[in-house]
Amino acid sequence: MDKTWNNKAWFLVLPVLVLVAFTAVIPLMTVVNYSVQDTFGNNVFTWAGTEWFEELLSSSRFWEAMVRNLIFSFIILAIEVPLGIFIALNMPKKGWGVPVCLVLMSLPLLIPWNVVGTIWQVFGRNDIGLLGYYLNAIGIDYNYVQDPFDAWVTIIIMDVWHWTSLVVLLCYAGLVSIPDAFYQAAKIDGASRWAVFRYIQLPKMQRVLLIAVLLRFMDSFMIYTEPFVVTGGGPGNSTTFLSIDLVKTALGQFDLGPAAAMSLVYFLIILLLSWVFYTVMTNYDAER
Amino acid sequence: MARIDVNHVRHSYLPNPQKDADFALREVHHTFEDGGAYALLGPSGCGKTTLLNIISGLLHPSHGRLLFNGKDVTNLSTQERNIAQVFQFPVIYDTMTVYDNLAFPLRNRGVPEADVDRKVRETLEMIDLASWARKKARGLTADQKQKISLGRGLVRSDVNAILFDEPLTVIDPHMKWVLRSQLKQLHRRFGYTMVYVTHDQTEALTFADQVVVMYDGGIVQIGTPAELFERPRHTFVGYFIGSPGMNVMPVAIDGKTATLGSQRIELPGAPKASGAVELGIRPEYVRLGREGMAVSISKVEDLGRHKVVRAKLEGRDIAAVIGEDETVPAEPKVRFDPAGINIYADSWRVEMGA
Repeated sequence: MDKTWNNKAWFLVLPVLVLVAFTAVIPLMTVVNYSVQDTFGNNVFTWAGTEWFEELLSSSRFWEAMVRNLIFSFIILAIEVPLGIFIALNMPKKGWGVPVCLVLMSLPLLIPWNVVGTIWQVFGRNDIGLLGYYLNAIGIDYNYVQDPFDAWVTIIIMDVWHWTSLVVLLCYAGLVSIPDAFYQAAKIDGASRWAVFRYIQLPKMQRVLLIAVLLRFMDSFMIYTEPFVVTGGGPGNSTTFLSIDLVKTALGQFDLGPAAAMSLVYFLIILLLSWVFYTVMTNYDAER
Repeated sequence: MARIDVNHVRHSYLPNPQKDADFALREVHHTFEDGGAYALLGPSGCGKTTLLNIISGLLHPSHGRLLFNGKDVTNLSTQERNIAQVFQFPVIYDTMTVYDNLAFPLRNRGVPEADVDRKVRETLEMIDLASWARKKARGLTADQKQKISLGRGLVRSDVNAILFDEPLTVIDPHMKWVLRSQLKQLHRRFGYTMVYVTHDQTEALTFADQVVVMYDGGIVQIGTPAELFERPRHTFVGYFIGSPGMNVMPVAIDGKTATLGSQRIELPGAPKASGAVELGIRPEYVRLGREGMAVSISKVEDLGRHKVVRAKLEGRDIAAVIGEDETVPAEPKVRFDPAGINIYADSWRVEMGA
């Protein structure tokens, strides 16, 4: 059969290509470009080769921030995923409670990230914050500005408050798609509450859980705004995550070369870990 | 296995039912005999699934009582009633193997593993899935999944009854036939009490010894397929069973004669009917020929095995079934075979009388 070639189709794809080029490809290439050069301003660049990468990978500051990121993401996932599933399981499935719960759950997600940071920054203050003031009033020594542990607890609770809803909504969507017949059959088979969860609800939620874990991992690994607003990376360097470190290097010290090298490494790490998560969870799925 | 008595059961999904229309199930009083194969037949929304769920205990009736072998089970849970139910869409635990699916109800009840193994192997043989035991259940076809649903009921040897809620809806036509005959076989071999809900008359008539026809929240007739065909108790049964359904036309009765417009029809007896009187006759008993009442033919449908003639008699639609080789005469007339005539008063059948 004769096939007519019509290259006009390319014009239809062109706007997207241009858009992606300007928003993603060109900036990424610029970063690659910076990462192998040195500059002292005035748009004068000199070739630096792999110097910045070598420096970065041997700097303890970078690895410390990285470990903080990993610990943070691990804690966040360990709290938000089980908590999200638990809340989703207990949300009403029909009646007037459904819209009420859905709206309540969506509220934290609708608040801009810097506002969330500001809310908790004020909330936790010892002088005027409700939380900080009353914790100290009942004798708990809480001060996120001075105590690294308190700073971590504050940021983790804030993130849980902010993002558990996302896990809840995704799991809830998975749960309501299970036909009643499954629960009825389970009753007839004499299944316990745990067996219903293990053999009906969890398998049906698996796909949305994969998405939830991936999203929460990527977001928590890239966290910037909230800790920046609440603690500014302190006290000391105790809440300085990779992203905060990166911004300090790039904008604070205007070290474009090292900052670019760091961005690339950061990007590759997220890519790698997301790929690992994805592969592990989908393989697990296929294996069963 | 058990005899199931449904004692004056009424059910409403509303919190405060007042009038009859509030009830999804108006009043059912019936006994399902031990080891019987019953079909609940009726159109969508007639209450057949409600009745089934009341028997299985997924629903608790607003009124009335339910007895298994004379023991009151009205307030017992589904699990305590020990029944099996197969749903419209196959329910399987898709992370488990076929074997584990069948073992699940036994393990939940704490049966020793040796007995579980023996029972599961027996059941796999019964439902013809022995070679699939170690496969993951999710990869099976719809009819195999439905067999697993059934198997999870059969594996418990002491089930009181097996209930089916339109189990063949999502099965391919040729597999429907196979599954249905396997069900029949299981029933014959093991004598389970089976109740089968369907809106498909072929399914009901081929599966059941006794067909319970439901309409608008109540039972209109219980009988063998032949009884439902020959003597429909209600005009609804006449319409619903048979293809095409029964011809029903308003008549006036005077002694042994029924008057339909300008036509007079001799009856085999003198029924005592008052109210809205109708005459019902199945298309199979309408004889097309050169004598009788004049009709005008509107359409002849050739179904291969026989032909269905659509015609007008006194301005009313009437259907007749004729043999594949018969032809429609030039001036067609119809006679009613007296053996096939039923008389209805206010939709309910009245006896022909002497």
